[in-house]
Amino acid sequence: MRTQGDLELVHLTKRYGDTVAVDDISHIFAPASYVCLLGPSGCGKSSTLRMIAGHESVSSGGIVLHGMEISNLPPAQRGTAMMFQNYALFPHLNVRDNVAFSLRMKGVDKATRHKKAMALLELVDMAHLADRLPAQLSGGQQQRVALARALITEPRVLLLDEPLSALDPFLRIRMRAELKRLQRELGITFIHVTHGQDEALALADECVVMNRAVIEQAGPPREVWGAPRTEFVARFMGGHNVLDWHGARVAIRSDEVRIVASGGIAATASAVEYQGDRVALTAKTEGGEEITALVSDAAFFAQPINPGEALRLGWDEGRLHRLEA
Amino acid sequence: MAVSRNLQGWLLAAPLTAVLAGFLVLPILTIFIVSFWQATEFSIIPAFSLENYQFLLTSPVTYQVFFKTFVYAALVWGLTLGIGFTVAYYLAFHIRSEATRMVLFLLCTIPFLTSNIIRMISWIPFLGRNGLANQALMSLGIVDAPVEWLLYSDFSVVLAFVHLNTLFMITPIFNTMMRIDRSLVEAARDNGASGRQILTHVIIPLSKPGIMIGTIFVLALVMGDFITVRFMSGSQSANVGRLISNDIALLQYPSASATSIVLLAVVLLIIGALMRFVNIRKEL
Repeated sequence: MRTQGDLELVHLTKRYGDTVAVDDISHIFAPASYVCLLGPSGCGKSSTLRMIAGHESVSSGGIVLHGMEISNLPPAQRGTAMMFQNYALFPHLNVRDNVAFSLRMKGVDKATRHKKAMALLELVDMAHLADRLPAQLSGGQQQRVALARALITEPRVLLLDEPLSALDPFLRIRMRAELKRLQRELGITFIHVTHGQDEALALADECVVMNRAVIEQAGPPREVWGAPRTEFVARFMGGHNVLDWHGARVAIRSDEVRIVASGGIAATASAVEYQGDRVALTAKTEGGEEITALVSDAAFFAQPINPGEALRLGWDEGRLHRLEA
Repeated sequence: MAVSRNLQGWLLAAPLTAVLAGFLVLPILTIFIVSFWQATEFSIIPAFSLENYQFLLTSPVTYQVFFKTFVYAALVWGLTLGIGFTVAYYLAFHIRSEATRMVLFLLCTIPFLTSNIIRMISWIPFLGRNGLANQALMSLGIVDAPVEWLLYSDFSVVLAFVHLNTLFMITPIFNTMMRIDRSLVEAARDNGASGRQILTHVIIPLSKPGIMIGTIFVLALVMGDFITVRFMSGSQSANVGRLISNDIALLQYPSASATSIVLLAVVLLIIGALMRFVNIRKEL
């Protein structure tokens, strides 16, 4: 599976004093892929990203990009570029100068760097605001500028640190489509750190789920969501119930759980949540386990159930998915 | 309702207005009026006359003294800016721990626990002909005879000014630097900026409001001073402040007032010109 343009983490470790933020992770990121690093806060995803970017030193292990060990190079020489969570635009420079900053640092003359900056602003559809200061832009516009500034260095890998977290939900969905489009057009690797699984599922070619400083599971989103390897992944990715079943931990997708007239297991409805096209019905079994069933709204309202009522939940035995550990 | 809200606004603004009117506007107005009066050795004549200004603006002494004042101000400004910026930069960007930073900053303020005059006078035994500095230089064999220009010279005046005023430069610059988002430094590094480029392209431009506030402090203090120049020059140099203080000692209040008004106008002009370069309002 290795190719020339891989980004490879080799036994990468980050320690802060006695705490281990990233614990001996090894992973290969395929070139030109959209990768989401996913996990709860404090799982080590941001430290991993910052080590790849060169803003955090590596305690041990290595980072190889395009066949070159980069973990000791300064950030700008790694072939990576980073887009910061709060965008980190220079407040004293206008949009054009922000984007042209790296060229200015290299000593590129004004006409050339402005031309290049305008081309990138064109790419992110911000050319008409080139003379504005960052403070005069909305969050979404600032993000486009930050994106252009990162891309002007022509990186092989673009690192995005929770890029959508500062946007409102509506804009977030629009921007993520935009990110995906850009990644496809540019044909470079995007590594996108997020704690939102919906974001990861929507964007990623590969999801890397991290927890407690290690990678729990990595793979295409369908595989990670559809076949979670551990209880943590099943719970974190959502849409699953985790149960004890004949002495083993198993996961069953919520939309595979049905309300049945007979058979199945007995439970008491504890919460009903209307979600538009579906209804999420949470029920407690006699064993005290909570199970959520996603039922289509038509099916639910044909036979509505109120919290406190008894019901039976069933599923296709073959859909149970066994979890490790 | 609208009227009472209006009244409320006026009432809220009234105390500060009264304080400013009583303690700032009124005294300056008085000085302004007195500056047009006439005086002899033994009396002050409250009559309108441009005599004071005429004398002031035609006397070569005025220009010499103003020039000297500008020289002091420029030298002290340059030195306090250099030292102040360096110290503030060190505190803001090199010290990682918040506690150490605060301790070091408080350390900078310790000299300010004693009065200006005492801090000035304490230089005298150090810089004098038989002072510590000269003894050290001679015992190290660097000089044969005591260095004369250490004390009662422009050197000692500027030294004392710098000693007295550097904190007024450190504090506002440090304050602006602490507000610079650290991710901007990382972003600059990510964009290939070297340490020097980060300083010149990111930190200095973003510290400008602090530099400007410090500049205003230092310029106003140095241009208005008279005691430091008197003590540290051994009464051998004069700046505008001394001109005014001499007039006052001779009870020449109208002449002192006229000089004050001119000094005030000059300082305001300088500050006005500086404000055109940097917008400090967003800082305040």
